[in-house]
Amino acid sequence: MSETPVPGGPLLRMESVRKTFGDSVVLRDVDLEVAPHTVTTLIGASGSGKSTLLRCANLLEEVDDGAIWLDGEEITDPVTDQDAVRRRIGVVFQAYNLFPHMTVLENITLAPRRVHGVGRAEAEAHARELLERLGLGARAGEYPDRLSGGQQQRAAIVRALAVRPRLLLLDEITAALDPELVGEVLDVVRDVKADGMTMVLATHEMGFAREVSDQVCFLEDGVILERGTPEQVFGDPRQERTRRFLGRIVEAGRL
Amino acid sequence: MTATSGRRAEDGPEGETAAEGAPGGGVLEAEVSEEGAPERDPAGGATPGRNEVYVPSRRRIERERHRRGRARRSTAVAALSTLVTAVVLYLVVVDAPGWPRTKETFFDASYAREAFPKVLDGLWLNLRLFAVCGVVVLLLGTLVAVARTLKGPVYWPVRALATAYTDFFRGLPLIICLSIVVFGVPALQLQGVTTDPVLLGGAGLVLTYSAYVAEVVRAGIESVHPSQRAAARSLGLTARQTLRHVVLPQAVRRQVPPLLNDMVSLQKDTSLVSIGGAVEAMRSADVIVGRSLNYTAYIVAALLFVALTVPMTRFTDWVTARTDRHRGQGGIV
Repeated sequence: MSETPVPGGPLLRMESVRKTFGDSVVLRDVDLEVAPHTVTTLIGASGSGKSTLLRCANLLEEVDDGAIWLDGEEITDPVTDQDAVRRRIGVVFQAYNLFPHMTVLENITLAPRRVHGVGRAEAEAHARELLERLGLGARAGEYPDRLSGGQQQRAAIVRALAVRPRLLLLDEITAALDPELVGEVLDVVRDVKADGMTMVLATHEMGFAREVSDQVCFLEDGVILERGTPEQVFGDPRQERTRRFLGRIVEAGRL
Repeated sequence: MTATSGRRAEDGPEGETAAEGAPGGGVLEAEVSEEGAPERDPAGGATPGRNEVYVPSRRRIERERHRRGRARRSTAVAALSTLVTAVVLYLVVVDAPGWPRTKETFFDASYAREAFPKVLDGLWLNLRLFAVCGVVVLLLGTLVAVARTLKGPVYWPVRALATAYTDFFRGLPLIICLSIVVFGVPALQLQGVTTDPVLLGGAGLVLTYSAYVAEVVRAGIESVHPSQRAAARSLGLTARQTLRHVVLPQAVRRQVPPLLNDMVSLQKDTSLVSIGGAVEAMRSADVIVGRSLNYTAYIVAALLFVALTVPMTRFTDWVTARTDRHRGQGGIV
C-alpha cells in the first residue's frame, strides 16, 4: 500500500519491464497502461513475449527490471505480499489447467473457500450461478476430463471469475481448441466484458481482438512496437513491422 | 493380420464381383467396394435410418469365429504345458533321493497341527505392528518427500537432511538397521527409552520404510505438471495450500500402486522383528522348530504370511487397473 489508488488512474501499469530467461531477452522494455473496465489485447508472433508479459503481471515470473503497479500499488516491490496480489488477478491459461482430481464445482470453489474464507454453501451457490450463466450448469459434478475442450475452458474462466478479481488475464485461451469450439469461449469473454471486467488478453484471433478490444498492443522482440485503438492498429498500422505481421495473418486467412 | 487377409481372400466372390467394375483397382479400392457390397443389408434398397436393425455382416461373423478358434487353441496349449510342468516337477521332487526325509521334516501333519494355533497367535502381533508402522511410514515418508521438494536457500538444511536420510536408509539393509536399533538402543541404557523389542523393531521398520515411501511420494510430487502449481498460485493459494490441495492429492493418487507395493513388503518384513526376540509368527515357529528339530512350523508360518499378503496384492492390482481405466483409452494395445 505504498500509494493510494488514484481515482481515474490506470488499473495496471507497467514501466520499463525487462525479463530474460538465461541469454534470451523476452521482454526488453515494456510500458503499458490498462484503464479500468477496458480490454487490452496483446498480439504478435509466437515468442514475442505476450505470455511472459501476462505471467509477469501476475507475479508468476519475477521481472528483472522495471516496475508494475496494480491499483496504484507497486507489486514488483520485494516487500509486497505476492499471494495477496494474485488474489486480485484472475488468470485463464491456454491449456485450461483445471485440477484433474477435483470436480468442476470443487475447482471453482477451492480458492473462494481456502483463500477468501467464503463458506461452502455460499461458494457453491455463487459457482453454480456462474456455471449456469455460462451454460455449464449440468456439468458442476463432472471431472474435467469428461468435458470437451470448450467446456473445460469455460469452466476455467468461471474458476478465475469466482474470486471476483479486479483484473482478468487471458493467455491464448482459444489456441488449444478445435475451431468449432472457439466461438463458445469467445462468447463468454464478450459477456465478461459486458459486465465491466478489466481484461488483458493475448490472442491469435485477430477478428475477435478487433471486435472486443479498447486497446491493441503489437509486441515484437520484447517491446510493444505499436499501441492504439483496434481501428488504428488493424486499419492503419503505423509501423512497417506491424503491417508485415498483419499481412501474414491475412494470408493465413485469420483476419 | 495374415489370418485376416487370408479370410478376406476366401470372401472372394462378393468382393471380387464388386471390384470388377474398377479396372486396375488397388487394395484400397478393392476394400472400398467390399464395404459397399450389399452383403450387410440382404433386403437391399432400404435407406439406412434410425430404426434400421443391425445385422452382423458375414465378415464380422467370420472374424469372430476365427478369434474363438484361436482362443480355444491358446487355452489348450496353456493347459497342456501347465500339466506337463506340474508332472515333471512332481516327479523330480518325489524321485529325489532325500524326498522321504524332507517330507518328514518339512511336511509333517501332526507338527503342522501343533504349530498352527501358536503361529497364528504370533501373526496377530505382525498384523498390529503392520497397521501401526504402515500409518507412521506413510506420514513420515510424505513429510520427508515434501522436505526434499522445498525450494529456496532457506530450506537448504531441511533438504540436505531429508536427502541424507533417504540416501542412508534406502541403502542400509533392513536386517542391519533392525539389529542396530534393537540391540544398540538398549545397550545405551538411556533413561526413559524403551528396550521393548517390539517397539524398537517397529522403529527400525519405520526408519527404513519411510525412506522408501519418501522416494515414491517425491516421484509423485515431481510428476505433477508445473502448470498445476501456476494455476493454483494464480488463484491466490499460498505455496502450502497449493501443496496440500493441488499437488499432494495428485501425487499420492498417482503413486497408489507403488505405495501399496511397499505396504505389502512391510507387511511381511514385520517378521524380521523376531531377531530381537519379539514373539510374532516367525518367532513362534522358531521356538517349535528349535524344540522339535522339525521344520514344518516354518512352512505353516510361510503359508500364513502368503495368505496374508495375497489379498493386499490383489487389492493393489485392482487399484492399478482402476487407475489405468480412469486414465483413458489405450485401445486394445
